[in-house]
Amino acid sequence: MAGPDMDMVEIVINGKNISVKAGRPLLETCLSNGIYIPNLCHVEGMTSPPASCRLCFIEVEGIPAPVPSCVTTVEPGMVVSTDTAAVRKLQRTALKLLLSVHDIDCRNCPVNRKCPLQQIARFLKIGLKSAPFETRLKKDLLDDRHPFFNYYPNRCVLCGRCVYLCHRKNGYPKISFAGRGFGAFIRIDLPLPDDAVSCHECRECATSCPVAALRLK
Amino acid sequence: MVYGLTPEEKEKLERFKTKLSTFEKNRKNLIPILQSAQQEIAYLPGQALELAAGHLDIPISEVYGVATFYNQFRFIPPGKYPIKICLGTACHIKSSDIILENFERKLGIKEGQTTEDRQFSVERVACVGCCALAPVALVGDALYGKMSPSKVEGIFTRIQVEKEMSLRVHSENESNQ
Repeated sequence: MAGPDMDMVEIVINGKNISVKAGRPLLETCLSNGIYIPNLCHVEGMTSPPASCRLCFIEVEGIPAPVPSCVTTVEPGMVVSTDTAAVRKLQRTALKLLLSVHDIDCRNCPVNRKCPLQQIARFLKIGLKSAPFETRLKKDLLDDRHPFFNYYPNRCVLCGRCVYLCHRKNGYPKISFAGRGFGAFIRIDLPLPDDAVSCHECRECATSCPVAALRLK
Repeated sequence: MVYGLTPEEKEKLERFKTKLSTFEKNRKNLIPILQSAQQEIAYLPGQALELAAGHLDIPISEVYGVATFYNQFRFIPPGKYPIKICLGTACHIKSSDIILENFERKLGIKEGQTTEDRQFSVERVACVGCCALAPVALVGDALYGKMSPSKVEGIFTRIQVEKEMSLRVHSENESNQ
């Protein structure tokens, strides 16, 4: 009797009964049902999301504190709220922390008006300022060693989408995180290895970068 | 600044290569391998990281990710005379940052770097254990207490004199033979 409908369960999101697929991340479920949750590091179909951007918080009845929705899966009878005061407070803090290491120079940025940081700030009703957090920018402004794209460390918010997608496409990552804390950045491996999927054809890292930190040359 | 391998370091790299085969090919061995490389070569040149990646069959980018995460790994060779400036609490109170800046300016390098001739490197450390002598600087194993900017020049003069003296002794020995 197992069919596709058997996986459907009833849950409550923001007071509305919705029939959704069990076992799917709540973030993807909400987004596909027209309920917006701010998110940055999630890529559709991720099996173990890093939950590193700390933006997609939700509250689930029975769990004392808000949880990131990308790593919370749908269970029958869940009661979920995406817009409580506690959730918004966490999201605003997370966004300010991201902005504190981001070079806020929107006017000269190629993704101005298309940038998720701008959109999320508008959604959370805060300005593009990191106060009360101090701004911490890196000294290096540009890594242009790669033949196909440039890396701008101060635009990068280390969401990790590029590293994940490169890994998924090639079976191993050609770019990866390096350093730690405020000094962390995306490191590009050079010389380029001879692979079946060359960087010239792939370009997933650059096209998936939400904040124009990786740009095609 | 890019530091090529000296002939001596190439030899050490070869020694590391033979040591590498004693490690089981398991990714949990990455940090022990990096530690062993640094113990052998005194820092981690790119070639050592490539050898480690090749041995464990993991992407070089991941090796870099791990190696750059930990403070214990260094990627710049230490100088012949490694200079360590204590910035611990007592030294900090005694303005050791000024001492550090003096060394940096004198050598034309920044903290964590090595001069091009590989003679000197400048590092900051946290407490050498003799706070009564603050501010403290270490050159190799020699300790210089109660440092002041005027003493910085003296240290370099002393190193120079010692170097010349050992050269003289060396040449005298040779001429005696």
